[in-house]
Amino acid sequence: MLLGLAAGASILAVAIIGLIIYEIVNSASPAISKYGLGFFGHQTWNNYTVFGAATLIFGTVVTSAGALLIAAPLGIAIGLYLSLFSARRTAAIIGPLVEMLAAVPSVIIGLWGIIVLGPFLRSTIEPWLHDALGFIPLFGTPSATGSGVFTAIIVLGIMALPIIAAITRDLFLTVPSELKDGALALGATRWEMVRGVVLSSMRPGIASACILGVSRALGEAIAALQVIGSVFQISSNLFAPGNTLGATIAIQANADNSKLQVASLFYLALVLLAIELLVNLAAQAIVRHYRVPSASGPTIVAAGAPN
Amino acid sequence: MASLDYTRPLTASGNLRRRRVVDRLMRGAATAAALAAVVILGLMVFAIAQRGGSQLSVAFLTQNPPEQLYAAGGGIANAIIGSALMVALATIIALPIGVLIAIYLTEFATARAAGPIRLALDLLYGMPTIVIAIFILGLLVVGHGQTGFYASLALAIIMLPLIARTTGESLALVPKELRDASHALGISRWRTTVGITIPSALGGIVTGTILAVARVAGETAPMLLLASVFDNTKTSFNIFGQALPNIPYEIFNLAESGGTVNVAKAWGAAFVLVVFVLIANFVARALHHRSTRMMTGR
Amino acid sequence: MSNKTQTRSPYSVMDEPHSEIDAATAPVVAPLAIEVADSKDETPPSREVVFDLRDVSVYYGQALAVAGVSLEIHRNQITAMIGPSGCGKTTILRSLNRMNDSVSSFRLTGSCTYHGNDLYASGVDAVEVRRRIGMVFQRPNPFPKSIYDNIGWAPRILGMRDNLDERVEKALRGAALWDEVKDRLKTSALGLSGGQQQRLCIARSIAIEPDVLLLDEPCSALDPISTASIEDLMQDLKNDYTLVIVTHNMQQAARVAERTAFFSLDVSGGQRKGILVEYDDTATIFTRPADKRTEDYVTGRFG
Repeated sequence: MLLGLAAGASILAVAIIGLIIYEIVNSASPAISKYGLGFFGHQTWNNYTVFGAATLIFGTVVTSAGALLIAAPLGIAIGLYLSLFSARRTAAIIGPLVEMLAAVPSVIIGLWGIIVLGPFLRSTIEPWLHDALGFIPLFGTPSATGSGVFTAIIVLGIMALPIIAAITRDLFLTVPSELKDGALALGATRWEMVRGVVLSSMRPGIASACILGVSRALGEAIAALQVIGSVFQISSNLFAPGNTLGATIAIQANADNSKLQVASLFYLALVLLAIELLVNLAAQAIVRHYRVPSASGPTIVAAGAPN
Repeated sequence: MASLDYTRPLTASGNLRRRRVVDRLMRGAATAAALAAVVILGLMVFAIAQRGGSQLSVAFLTQNPPEQLYAAGGGIANAIIGSALMVALATIIALPIGVLIAIYLTEFATARAAGPIRLALDLLYGMPTIVIAIFILGLLVVGHGQTGFYASLALAIIMLPLIARTTGESLALVPKELRDASHALGISRWRTTVGITIPSALGGIVTGTILAVARVAGETAPMLLLASVFDNTKTSFNIFGQALPNIPYEIFNLAESGGTVNVAKAWGAAFVLVVFVLIANFVARALHHRSTRMMTGR
Repeated sequence: MSNKTQTRSPYSVMDEPHSEIDAATAPVVAPLAIEVADSKDETPPSREVVFDLRDVSVYYGQALAVAGVSLEIHRNQITAMIGPSGCGKTTILRSLNRMNDSVSSFRLTGSCTYHGNDLYASGVDAVEVRRRIGMVFQRPNPFPKSIYDNIGWAPRILGMRDNLDERVEKALRGAALWDEVKDRLKTSALGLSGGQQQRLCIARSIAIEPDVLLLDEPCSALDPISTASIEDLMQDLKNDYTLVIVTHNMQQAARVAERTAFFSLDVSGGQRKGILVEYDDTATIFTRPADKRTEDYVTGRFG
């Protein structure tokens, strides 16, 4: 009986995935048959009649790429600090704090993003970047409100950071102490040991950690919605408002919309689902192919330290 | 190759000085990155404590919002109750299913059967919550309207992989000898699982459940799609009949509607939610340490 | 410094060695005939002192791990450290190139000098120390890189980039590994056998031209044939380097070392700590030890 129940529950998990894919494809089908692949090239998103995803895909890719650009180096550095550079006691304090950052609900990070971070970026960082690097189109006129792609990049970066940090820390802790000792005994400094023995042998695992981090940024709807400004446009100016797939679904999806709009939102969800499935399968494939220690999402791990 | 003078002092000299500088720079950078993360958390916690803490009062926790959206006063009592109900129902749904999946994976499944199930759990784990929310919207809400139960279903799907994973991890820690001993006594497999394995892994199951609860208590995307149309001046217990007010949507809505009074209330609600999430994480961490120490003797 | 080197007398110990003497790694079949290293240079004339330890004690936190060790280690000799588990041999060995630094509770008292320079003086750079004093570990630990890069890595980071190919070849020849790997230098070092891996680790160490090689039970994970080849190699290496070897295997100490230090556990005063019992020419340690505890150990009466 237990076996039956347990097997049934497991089949349910697989069935849910299937059902999600079926339901989203099915609900999106009116939009798919109307727009086809042209959906991805179309920039207009008119709330009643015309729907195109180009601005949203652009916004999603730009914000996630920017978030990764910030979170990857910082996250890997934190992973190194917690696993190889810090004293055991310090790691036991800072490690949980970093994990706590991952536990803050996105709506609260978004709230902080609009009320505290956005105005600060608008009044300080954006003018400074504009003055120093304004000749690059990326750093155009600072935003009017503090909402925009740049703020979204920072907020999503903050959300991806603890994930990359926690996974790479666990990864680096698996480096055998014999290897580390071997490098140190050859007269290498700690950093040389890290570069030569740790980073070089852990590249696939680091890549998969970054993929899982960016996956969080790609799929985040609420915090992005709160800080990005919700304007359907493609702008070279990072400080301009924009929009993302998740944010648009979050604010527009309710049962009262026109059938075509609902279907278009499901089409967006299908795009998001496809990106996420690809990204997660890629991370898994890397892990499996290189047989690196499994880099799954952060669970609670006793903060370890070098010895 | 010129032989080196091994008797000279053991201080850093030659290119080692430059290498030492690089070493210090890189370690300093890593330390700075860790401090940056802590500072970001600190700034966030400070903002929440400063702006939200001042909102906190007995009235804020025990009263419903005022009739007028921008009026001062009132509280988030109905949202606290609604969130508690929906999260509780989600837990009631997800906990047995999650534990059963973990049992199947660790106790029964062949490698071939385990593959697709693990893959499904990993994909669910990585699935954006907005996608899960719109899935429930299309499946149940379109044509029928929102209810707290539908929101609970979305939360349950989010909880499922979390509970299954932590439960699986703690089941895997239960020593094989313990099971073998039970089997040797002629006790059937499922009795062993129910009587020996699950109780031994109980710490891990509780830890995983608390973490999952803390995670979904703040989930906003499902609430926006599935529990956002309600009379916010009333408390509702009718979870199967209507959408229930809830904290995440309350924070989102107050912040979006703008105005000093509402934003201040948003911080107050954020304070309540963060305190809950942090306490839950702290408890889960403490339990995790205790139970792994019991299981591994470390 | 004695010249009691008439040795060569086979010294038999009891049939059943203590479990510490890892039977698997002992190529000698019982009854154990210990053959003492052949000291060809009859009287070692006042050898140059490389390490000079005076009253060295090691603490981990409050706990005293090794107490009051005093010994001199001489240039171009093989010095063995033997004794039962937990007697502090490895701790002392790792103290010689500051490998214990990463243990935060580690503390050392007494004087520990290397060519007259205090190893633990302030201002001493542990990286510089290890650059001169290399180490080979219990289990072979090649990097997950190619054979070539395993050898070339340290010379590169140390700035010895000129003629790297020659340096790699010389190191591999020095470790008697060249002929076996010269055709597959670009393949992963992890594909080598255990014995080859350990010789690779020795080659890796000598590629940066150190002064001293510390060997921490280098053969404990190897089969008898690999063990024999490492022991042969050590005899070659001592012409260029000073070697210090920790071993569980008494026969090995007897075969390879000129000098042997016997460590033991001292439990007096209710405190378990490692002590140096006796340090002398290997022949003396194995044939006419001055201390009863040494005699008990080398004859197998005590582990």
